[in-house]
Amino acid sequence: MNITKKLWLGIGILALLSPLGIIIPKWFGAEGAWGEWGLDEIKKAAGFVPEGMKRIAELWKAPLPDYALPVESKGLAIESFGYVLSATIGIALVVVVMYIIARLLGRKDKAE
Amino acid sequence: MHIPDGYLGPATYGTMYAVTIPFWAIAAKKLNKSLKAKQAPYLALGAAFSFVIMMFNVPIIGGTTGHATGATLIAILLGPWAAMISVSVALIIQALLFGDGGITALGANCFNMGVIGGLAGYGIYTLIAAGSEVQSKRRWIAAAIAAYFSLSISALITGIEFGIQPIFEKSASGQPLYSPFPLSVAVPAMLGEHMVVFSIVEAVVTALVIKYFQKNNPEMLNS
Repeated sequence: MNITKKLWLGIGILALLSPLGIIIPKWFGAEGAWGEWGLDEIKKAAGFVPEGMKRIAELWKAPLPDYALPVESKGLAIESFGYVLSATIGIALVVVVMYIIARLLGRKDKAE
Repeated sequence: MHIPDGYLGPATYGTMYAVTIPFWAIAAKKLNKSLKAKQAPYLALGAAFSFVIMMFNVPIIGGTTGHATGATLIAILLGPWAAMISVSVALIIQALLFGDGGITALGANCFNMGVIGGLAGYGIYTLIAAGSEVQSKRRWIAAAIAAYFSLSISALITGIEFGIQPIFEKSASGQPLYSPFPLSVAVPAMLGEHMVVFSIVEAVVTALVIKYFQKNNPEMLNS
């Protein structure tokens, strides 16, 4: 197996293991990241929701927020599945974008 | 470290776009000169690695979570300009598709993790590893130290961006309009949690992958 194949296999394994990124924090009772609270949480933390924050916090509606499936029923299995699926979709998109960028940038010296 | 929409005021997020875009342009120019067609898969691998490693949230017991970014690793293997572009592309997809990090804050997030992550990681690694044999111990130790400090510097800058909001962005009555926590809270929180936990994770991940390349594909570390 050549090196790029091995490395892609490594990325695939990481994608499959990615639910550890939600499961392990749960075990240790950890909340989200510092400074990444939603409006409800900031109200609890600071006692109020700053005006400007209220205006732009929900500016963008991401199709798969928090790497989760847009479903009501929550459970660790479903969350984990959504996370792996999100990792797969995300990696696929990132790869396509990077190949396009490499194509555009590598264009001029392709002839060499 | 993905700043969401609403935490930075327009003056800050506008400035951060204005600062980051020239770095993207320089990176594109540098890659345009040096990029060979056979390197495209490595660029894609780098961005994919950065994307997926950021999903591995690491907890502080009873506290917050954080993650590695892969910026230093990519910078060591492919250079700081490739690291900037790869990490930025990962961050842009994370923001647009998964709402991880804000749209207004994209300039800041790409600067903190991609631009600074790549430049600091590359600079520190080069400084320590200069002149060492490809398979020497010094290489992976340099990688670990570079990764540790690179992510910590990114965290410091992120903390400063949060912390200056109550100074510059307030209402007529003096109420903070965006992130309400002062520098004295934001900087110790961001820098502290990274120096104690998350930067160590970045150092270990980076050193392990560099060791893997030293053993199996030392030619990847030649440049």
